[in-house]
Order: sequence, then structure tokens, then C-alpha cells
Amino acid sequence: MSKRIAVALAGNPNSGKTTLFNRLTGMRQHVGNYPGVTVEKVEGSVTFKKYDIKVVDLPGTYSLTAYSIDELVTRNFLFEEKPDVVVSVIDASNLERSLYLTTQLMELTGRVIVALNMADTAAELGFHIDQALLSKLFGVPIVSTVATRNKGIEELLEKVVNLFEGQNCLEKAIVRYGDEIEQELNALQTILSHHSSVVREYPLRWLALKMLENDRELTAKVEKSSHGEEIIRQAQKSRHHLQTIFGDTPDVLIAERRYGFISGACSEAARRSYEVRHTMSDKIDSILLSRALGLPIFLVVMWALFRFTFTLSEPIVGWLETGQGFFADFAGRVLPHGYGVRSFVTEGVIGGVGSVLVFLPVVSLLFLALAFLEDSGYMARGAFIMDRFMHTMGLHGRSFVPMILGFGCNVPAIMAARSIDSARDRLTTILVIPFMSCAARLPVYGLFIGALFSERIAGNVLFSLYLLGIVVAVASSRIFRKYLFPGEGLPFVMELPPYRFPTGKGLLIHMWGRVVLYVKKAGTVILAGTLVVWFLSNFPQNVQYPTDYNSLIKEAPDDQQMASQLKRGIESEKIENSYAGKIGKAISPALKPLGFDDWRVAVGLTGGIVAKEIIVGILGTLYKTGAKKEGPQTLRDALRRQVRTDGSKIYNPLVAYSLVVFVLLYAPCLATVAVIRKETGTWRWPMFSVVYTTAIAWIASFIVYQGGKILGLG
Amino acid sequence: MENTILPLTAIHSGSLVTLVSIGGGRGVRLKLVGMGLGVGMRIKVLSSSGSGPCVILVGNRRLALGRGMTKKILVREETGS
Repeated sequence: MSKRIAVALAGNPNSGKTTLFNRLTGMRQHVGNYPGVTVEKVEGSVTFKKYDIKVVDLPGTYSLTAYSIDELVTRNFLFEEKPDVVVSVIDASNLERSLYLTTQLMELTGRVIVALNMADTAAELGFHIDQALLSKLFGVPIVSTVATRNKGIEELLEKVVNLFEGQNCLEKAIVRYGDEIEQELNALQTILSHHSSVVREYPLRWLALKMLENDRELTAKVEKSSHGEEIIRQAQKSRHHLQTIFGDTPDVLIAERRYGFISGACSEAARRSYEVRHTMSDKIDSILLSRALGLPIFLVVMWALFRFTFTLSEPIVGWLETGQGFFADFAGRVLPHGYGVRSFVTEGVIGGVGSVLVFLPVVSLLFLALAFLEDSGYMARGAFIMDRFMHTMGLHGRSFVPMILGFGCNVPAIMAARSIDSARDRLTTILVIPFMSCAARLPVYGLFIGALFSERIAGNVLFSLYLLGIVVAVASSRIFRKYLFPGEGLPFVMELPPYRFPTGKGLLIHMWGRVVLYVKKAGTVILAGTLVVWFLSNFPQNVQYPTDYNSLIKEAPDDQQMASQLKRGIESEKIENSYAGKIGKAISPALKPLGFDDWRVAVGLTGGIVAKEIIVGILGTLYKTGAKKEGPQTLRDALRRQVRTDGSKIYNPLVAYSLVVFVLLYAPCLATVAVIRKETGTWRWPMFSVVYTTAIAWIASFIVYQGGKILGLG
Repeated sequence: MENTILPLTAIHSGSLVTLVSIGGGRGVRLKLVGMGLGVGMRIKVLSSSGSGPCVILVGNRRLALGRGMTKKILVREETGS
């Protein structure tokens, strides 16, 4: 049997860690999430000699404090999973800064290997690194790699195996923090080793350091353990003591001492004969980030992203719909009629799977475009450009791209909000994304605007909806930032990676991982939701219809047109008497102040919670216009003709506008709700989102309708 | 050599400066230190818009700093050399 080795890759963002990971594992990868949080966990495996090596690509981090999810995840992984070997991937051209994380990893675990990545770039830039000396000073094996050119990978695996087998004669260096800090560390270590049960889980010196740094998570853990109070008291005393001596908080002092150790080592082992040169990236940035052109170029890029997504996905969606229709027809002919089996398969199952599949091309292409922006390095620039504007919303530049993606589909948009590192900003962004009018809402607008507005102003009416969505999102974001998540967000600091041309393989790996996650998360929910809607609109089945359609059909066997009209009558009455119809009738009085007290619309809106584009289909059935074959024109006519019992027309432009405003703003679709649940980890936020958006929708439609009536528009 | 200390917002593009202090909370300072931005480091301002965001060069890395951040960073401009 081959031996198993668990390896973790840790490193700064943009250190080439992911490229190295791809080189190591090829396509044998698996994307998942760390338990309880939404940080992506990417695992892969490689067989080397007689060893089965499992590799985990940890999130890119700069240090191991408890300030961001990524950092917490990284260090908790190292404790809980205890990988056999940790490879610290560092950017050779940024030696000092990259080694900062390495020193922290060394304090945390004994088995560290440094992969001196991007060695070629460093040499080009004029860095000369004495690898042997650096290895001796740090006391860890060092391998130089060029992941982009597949260099050093074998050697790295060799060193991993050697370290695993204990063939390592180096002694790990320990960073010394100076007499005063060391004294306090000793005091803390003594008291910790005597009392706390926590020490068994963590290295003693590291734990003491974290107590001095006043690390939130670990302090809380120690506090709960036996003699916790005593230890906390000592830690407070030590911190206070150091603060009075140095006039600065211990965590900053410790960070500076670490840098001291690193720069000491680097000044011996690394020589630089370089001057800072203006690279190609700087030249590109001088245009793309310029004051005059930065914003227009960014907007054009965003526009191109949507053109790309929708132009390419349109034909594919068409094929999928044709295929779905074909399957439904086929199943309809093959399956028996009784007990609703046929309708369950054709409408419920095939319809449900279909509505998941129909989204897939759009979502996949959006993810692909997103991966291109990320891998090329432009995403960071976009966030930077939008930072100023987003500040007016109380948000960061990083929230912009997720929000823009919301115009395509809210689900990937909410998933993209992961890149925002402050929890408050991320929640705010997630909660305002549903106001961004997604593509699924467009058919509903098309129906009502097409039916009741002249072609001349239809475009403007549509545009006003998108604008309204943005305005509500901005206002909501300010409200959330002020009342729900008060306090200053982390200021915007982001590294601008050099521009790179993305590789096809990298793009596909990025896209694929997310698509799989989307299908798992949203797909199952959409499918379940469609089945629920199918059930609600088909049951109860044993209803006595007021009109005896079957005998009418028998009486007029020759009249084809009559027969199909009668069949539609059955469908419509079936839904009217179903649970869905009852729900619609129960809800419609609440819609009266908004102008559209039509129970059919109420049924449509209820169904629209599953997926917004369902609304048009439901209305089609309820208005007896039959299947899609006769086109949307008949449904539009039916809407225009619709009258109340007293003979007054239900729909006029004002009512239609009030209705589309409601559709724009009300409860997000089930898939979005499910993703909010997954991304926030509790049911609290999706529930809040449903209630909040629906309340806002009701208020907005109320203002539109009642205000319009006062102005004499109705 | 002049010794005026200015906020980063007041620095023109292309200038070389030395970082004097970083204001703001503990989290902010630690994050910046982790990203390699420490007191005493020489940084080059690559692009500055005057009122807000700016891009700086530290070592070989480009960092984008948002509006709130640039106001809190104090630097010393080196005019002599």
C-alpha cells in the first residue's frame, strides 16, 4: 500500500500559489467549502513515487491574525487537520513580505517547506538569493520553483517526501522578540503550561504570543478553559507592561520584530541590484486607472461582459428549451394518464430540470467572464476605480462587481460577494443584490410594458425600472450600514497584481468549480421549488368542476378549435380550484391598494418566488392563452381586455407600472434565498431579505399607484 | 532635505516618500504591516487623484489604497535627493 501524505499550500495572494497547485495536481481537483464558512476549499491529489499526496490549496493570506475569515480558516485548518507538511509559497521578488507569513507558519507547525516561487521574475528584476544560506538562517528546506513553466515541481515533491520521512537535518529558527517581550512570553508560557487544557491543542509559545497579541478567538477559548481568568489577567498585565515601555500595542511590536528578523536574514542572503522599473503593467495602468479614462473604460468592460454572456448564451438556451419540449412531448406520449403521473413527469420533473438547465449557460458564461477579469488582474483595478462611487453607499469598491453581476443573475452575484473581506460589507452587499434587476425578471416587464405602453416609450419605462432598482439598492445599503451593521468598515487596501494573460486551463478550472457549486446549491432548490409549484397547482384533484367540460368535448368531437378551447378551460379552472388558486385569492385583497387586485396575478407572483420568469408561464395558463405556440401577443391582448366584475378594466399603464415595480423589488427567488442562506450561514438573513424586499416592494408600488392616481394618471 | 510631513492625499504622482505613520485602528495597522507597509519604508506614489484613492509602489508590489485609507497615512516627502 502506498503511504498518504497530507500537504497544505499557504501563501500570499498573487504569489502564484494557485498556479503551483494546478501544476501539482492537474485536473484532479475538488472544490468545496470549509465547514461553516464560505471560503472555498480546493483539494487535489498527486501520486509521486510510492506516495499518495493530498494537497489542499489554502486561502491566500498575508498573515495569521483573526481579523479575516481567510486567515482564521487557514490557521484553524492547520490545527484541526494537522497536515503532514506545510508548503509556504513565496514570491521570490517580494522576499521580505512573503516571508512574514512563513515565520508565522513556522511558529505554528514544525514541518514547513518554502517554495521560492517566481524565481525567474526575481532574477530578471535583479534579485540574487543565496538559497542555501536562506535555508540555513530560517532552518527550513527551500526549493525554487517557476510554477508557470513547470520548473521545480519534482524537486518540491521530493523535499515533501523527505520531510515526511524525517530526513531533515535542519533546525527550525525561532524568531526572538527582544528581552522585554520574551520575559512576558515566558511568564505566560509558565502559567499556560501549568493550568490550561487549551495548551494541548496548540504550540505553547505560539499560544503565548497570541495572548500577547490579544487575539480575539484564542483569548475567548482560553477564557473558557480551566483557570482561564488567571491567564487572561496575566496577559492583560503583560500587554499593559509592554505598552507602557514601548508606547505601542504588543501586536504591532511583535509584527515589527518579525520583520526585523526577516530583513536581517534577507540582508545576508539576498542581494538586489535592481532599480524599480516601470513595467508594462504600470504603462497599462497609467491609462486604465487614469482619471479621465478609468471609469468609462471600466463601464465599457462591464457592458462587454454582459454582451458576451447574453449573446453567447441565447442560442444555447434556445436549444435547451427545444430539447426540453421534445422530452416533455415524448414523455407525454409514453406515460399513462392516470394519477397525475404524466403531468408530474412532464410539468414537474422535466419542467423543473429544464428551468435549472436554462440558467446554466448564462451562469457559466458569467462565471467564465468573471474568471477572465480575475485572472487577468483587471478585477482589482475595477474595484479600485469604483471605490470612490461606492463610498457614497457606505460600501467598498469591491462590492461593485458583485452588484453589477446581479443584473445577470442574483445567484452568482451573491457568490461573488465572497471576495469582500469585511463581514459587514459583505452582508450589506448580499442583502442589496436582490434589488439589481436580474435577467429572469425581464420577460415579466416585457409582457406588461408591451401590453400597456406604446412602443415609443417602452424603452424608457424599462430603463426607469433598472434605475429604480439601483436607487433602492443605494438607499437600502445606506440604511443597513447605518442601523444594521454600524461602524467603520475596513479601509480599502488591495494589491494590484501585474497584468497577465489568463490561461485557458486556469479559466476553465475557475469556472468549473463555481458552476458545480451553483448546480449543487441553486439547482436542487430550484428543482424542489418547481415540484412544489406543480403540486400546488395540480392538487386537490378530485374537484367537481362547475362546467362539465368533458361532456362538452364529447358533444363537439369534430370541432377542433372548440375542443382545444375547452381543454384550456379545464386547465384554467383546475388551477383556479387548486391550492395555488386559493392562495392567490387569499392574497389578492392585499394587492388592492397597489391597483392589481387580480387573483391570477397573485398566483403568478406567488409562483414567481420560485423563479421570476415562471410568472409569465402561470399567467399564460390562467388567461387560457394556451402554450407558448400562440406567442405572447394573445396574452397581451387578454391582459388589455381583462375586466373586473363591475365591468371596469383592471389594467391601465399606471397599474402595469405599479405591478412591474412590485415584480422588480419583491421577494428574491428561491435560488437566491438558498444562496443567501449558504453564504451567511443562518436562516436569519434570507428570512430578513424576503420580508424586507417584499415590504419595500409593497410600499414602492403603493406610492406609484396612489401617487399616480392623485396626479390623475390612472 | 525638507522635513514636511504630509498626508498621502497631498502627494503628487511620481514622488518618492517615506512612510511616517499609519492612523486608524489596530486591525488596519496590522493588515497593512502584513501587506508589507511598515513605518520607515520608502514608497513611490504611482497615481494619485488628489482627493482620494491612490496607487503606491512598495518594494515590487503595487497597492491600491482607498479614500479612507490615504487620509490616515502620513509621509515625509524627499525633495533633496
